[in-house]
Amino acid sequence: MQKQAVFTVIENISIAKDIMRLTLKGNTEFFTTPGQFINILIDGFYLRRPISVCDLNGDKLTVIYKTVGQGTRALAKYEAGSKLDILCGLGNGYNLDVNITKPLLIGGGVGVPPLYYLAKELIKSGATPEVILGFNDKEGAFLIDEFKALGASVHVATADGSLGVKGFVTDVIKNLSGYDYFYTCGPEPMLKAVSSMCDCEGQLSFEERMGCGFGACMGCSCQTKYGSKRICKDGPVLLKSEVIW
Amino acid sequence: MNNDISTKVTLSGWTLDNPIIPASGCFGYGKEFAEFYDINILGSFSMKGTTPLPRFGNPTPRIAECTAGLINSVGLQNPGIDAVVNDILPNMDSYFSKKVIANISGFSIEDFVTSAQKLDSQEKVAIIEVNISCPNVHNGGMAFGTSAESAKKVAEAVRKATTKPIYIKLSPNVTSIVDIAKACCDGGADGLSLVNTLMGMRIDLRTHKPIIANVAGGFSGPAIFPVALKMVYDVCKAVDVPVIGMGGISSARDAVEMMLAGADAVQVGAANLVNPFASRDIILDLPNAMNEAGIKNFDEIKRSVRSK
Repeated sequence: MQKQAVFTVIENISIAKDIMRLTLKGNTEFFTTPGQFINILIDGFYLRRPISVCDLNGDKLTVIYKTVGQGTRALAKYEAGSKLDILCGLGNGYNLDVNITKPLLIGGGVGVPPLYYLAKELIKSGATPEVILGFNDKEGAFLIDEFKALGASVHVATADGSLGVKGFVTDVIKNLSGYDYFYTCGPEPMLKAVSSMCDCEGQLSFEERMGCGFGACMGCSCQTKYGSKRICKDGPVLLKSEVIW
Repeated sequence: MNNDISTKVTLSGWTLDNPIIPASGCFGYGKEFAEFYDINILGSFSMKGTTPLPRFGNPTPRIAECTAGLINSVGLQNPGIDAVVNDILPNMDSYFSKKVIANISGFSIEDFVTSAQKLDSQEKVAIIEVNISCPNVHNGGMAFGTSAESAKKVAEAVRKATTKPIYIKLSPNVTSIVDIAKACCDGGADGLSLVNTLMGMRIDLRTHKPIIANVAGGFSGPAIFPVALKMVYDVCKAVDVPVIGMGGISSARDAVEMMLAGADAVQVGAANLVNPFASRDIILDLPNAMNEAGIKNFDEIKRSVRSK
């Protein structure tokens, strides 16, 4: 359910090159599933910044973001104790209610964070996810140990080969077998490559420039096999079977 | 202290509890906002611009942020007039009990006529707002609103197609909005809505390409408020029909200021997208803003501002 709430910053720290982890405290009861996002109002910027939820733990909410523009650089300056106006419970997240035993979780760059909360919930429900994380280089890699601590088997690929397999997530996938479903989040070329390489069904989380983030402005629409959908409201997670590439 | 204040206004015989109306394109068909608050507090709202046939709209990115505003290039994505008449309007009472403004757009005069005819029997619709000012579609849209002659033709055609009050929504991207306003009135418009968005663009410093896929779009938000206010002021001095003023209104004080420029009601657009509670917050704060401005009701200021 979509709600507006004020969250307090507990911690806002750098965890990799240009990558920040923001831990917030507030009312988290409006989130229903992994893959949803929050929309943060940042002082001095007109539009909110949509960022996917990386973890939920009681009244604590964690997001991981990349400082790519002025807005996210301003967000990186918020210190512990400061308050943030946030729209929460946004988006149609991952559906875990599918009959699978061995899902593949594939994340690229800032598409990695939502898969953490997903992996946690999947493991809780008895599945044994295999995780593939793709980054540009070792300096930009993050969350690897955290995924391992959940008990997931983790593969890493970096474009420059400075960590794990040299290449893309698809260079890992091509050597894997036995999975019966996939969940993915990352840049669109990666989603497309993953979708065509994996023979099974799967769910993909998309990114788009948003106006409102809650389904009103039609700024982030895409066409699917079943009509137009709003990335912010009907997505960001879409089924492989409905995506038109 | 605010007990003797009345926020009621009247548009073509239709009385609204307050003059605050979320603007077309920034409020969908109301449903998303009804998830956040009881939208029955609104004076009314103007529905998403609707065309005779369903439209997907423009390619993405459709949104670019600006200082104190945003550019949109949605391109009239909508489910088509039949879906509005058959599905959306009949089910709206469950979340909004008042009448609405139906915003229609098109690529030919026939498009406007078709939609107006189909809306004519809809009791839920109080006013038909004729959008001749959409900057985001080619071969139509704003083309009708940038010449007095074609604006008048649209007004005349829609006037014949429906018995409901028709308000023409005007573009600010013109040399003289007053001339176009007058032409619409000559064509039979019962009222006017102004202003639509201003044309604008942004360029990505990394890619050197426009952020908006369609290069440019419509700029709205608090940055345009003074521009809109001046246009509403000028038009209100020149015509004697009701005017709905809009453009960057973000607070109850902005709303009162727009009413002081001569508007009979106001629309709130971009503010709803940043703060989903914006229109509600403006309504709740309106009596305070009126009190500060020494206004007990909007009738008294209307008489003093409008020359006719």
